[in-house]
Amino acid sequence: MSNGARVGVLELVRKSGETGIFFVRLLAACGPALGRPRLIIAQIYNAGARSLIIIMLSGLFTGMVLGLQFYDVLNRFGATEALGTAVALALLKELGPVLTALLFAGRAGTALTSEIGLMRATDQLTAMDVMAVDPIRHVAAPRFLGGLIAVPLLTAIFTVVGLFGAQLIGVQFLGVDHGIFWSQAQSAVALKDVTEGVVKSVVFGAVVSLIAVNEGYHSEPTAEGIGRATTRTVVASSVMILLLDYVLTAVFL
Amino acid sequence: MSRQDAYERSRVSDSQSNPNSDVTDAVIDVHGVHYAIGDRPIFDGLDLTVKRGLITAVMGPSGTGKTTLLRLITGEIYAGRGRVAVFGRDIGALTTRELYATRRRMGVLFQNGALLTDLNVYENVAFPVREHTDLPEPLIHKLVLTKLEAVGLRGAAELMPAELSGGMARRVALARAIVTDPEILIYDEPFVGLDPISLGVILRLVKQMNDALKITSVVVSHDVHEIATIADYSYLLSEGKVVASGTPAELASSDSATVRQFMTGGPEGPVRFHYPAPDYAEQLMEVSG
Repeated sequence: MSNGARVGVLELVRKSGETGIFFVRLLAACGPALGRPRLIIAQIYNAGARSLIIIMLSGLFTGMVLGLQFYDVLNRFGATEALGTAVALALLKELGPVLTALLFAGRAGTALTSEIGLMRATDQLTAMDVMAVDPIRHVAAPRFLGGLIAVPLLTAIFTVVGLFGAQLIGVQFLGVDHGIFWSQAQSAVALKDVTEGVVKSVVFGAVVSLIAVNEGYHSEPTAEGIGRATTRTVVASSVMILLLDYVLTAVFL
Repeated sequence: MSRQDAYERSRVSDSQSNPNSDVTDAVIDVHGVHYAIGDRPIFDGLDLTVKRGLITAVMGPSGTGKTTLLRLITGEIYAGRGRVAVFGRDIGALTTRELYATRRRMGVLFQNGALLTDLNVYENVAFPVREHTDLPEPLIHKLVLTKLEAVGLRGAAELMPAELSGGMARRVALARAIVTDPEILIYDEPFVGLDPISLGVILRLVKQMNDALKITSVVVSHDVHEIATIADYSYLLSEGKVVASGTPAELASSDSATVRQFMTGGPEGPVRFHYPAPDYAEQLMEVSG
């Protein structure tokens, strides 16, 4: 193994260890943080409510594209009545959780990283620590829990708006029967499919929030360092979301 | 031990303060501390004692590790070798719970204030009280306003940190540092960027708190003349060690070249002004060539 590769592996191991230790400390701090619901609600608002517009717009257009694409494919087999089923399963099991998590990483994850990174650069985290206030409990844990709660809620909204977008295209413009669209969607979706979507969104919410908070907390306290940490949040979150999506899909099949 | 006793025990030394000095009344005792950042040594056997109820100044040229010393005292970093004891306990041997309990007896004024930017001035000052006590809101209100009044910023209670000047931010940070009535107050460059009026007020405040509340104060500062008016004892750091210590009067009358250079601000002397570099003329020729 070359020197460069060895250093790279060592850095990867170090980074994994650092994230692991941080995650354990974060989990330990979540209990006490739950005793301060105001801090968590503020973070659900910051990370979740402020992401609503981008989530709803993306959900609408994703649903509209799905309506068009599935209609085109199903029309070739004369099975356009199955449009509701196809769209509902695709959104519920895959596109809802994955796209919401990716959008959340880009919109709220980067904001979390840069906010905590700036707090580090301006000694706010150190000041808390010196005042005997654990910054992981006061800063990191509420943001992690806020993200963990916000992502499944945003996923549900994304999926509902996506279904509406697909219905808009399929029923209103392409002539699929309104009753068939909804009844097919309702009858095909089982509890297992909903569970898969919910589990994925919770796991993605936890992973994205952990990466964002961890990168911010350990960012180099310079403008350049915060910029790099923010980029790492998006890259690492995206890769982890897609990797875990494959794993979870395989588990649920 | 009276303040006069402390003066009498203090002696200017051109090497290091005496590690065998009486430390029974020491609130902070730094003994034989070695600390390095990477390969660069910051402290090479540092010895220093802060006695209860006194204002102790830590002075020295930039880059001598004054702020690092404060971080060692607050347990943010740990010495590679040696011992930093606060309230008689080795700060490096404390559990997290014990370290936090020790820190609750300290107040730290950061160089840049380090105010929490999502809270206004009032909430910044109230923050440590809310975190560590269950005091009723009316009492917190009185406590916060009392401290803000002391630093002359009661009228700025509703302002956000971004709306404050550097000097105002530091005064708010001072109010926050004293709101829990700590036993030790640590000031990191408290006079930088203050206008003359604010500087005078803060100087008096440091002195008054020390006298009235018997707070032990550690002041890291470059402002030799300002600090001389309130310090009971001073340490001068250079090259990772204490090169001189004593009362301000003793330091002022010292015939040590290092002390004289620092007190008078001379560019030539044992303390280098220039960072080590190749020959100036040669380097100029290289560029022009």
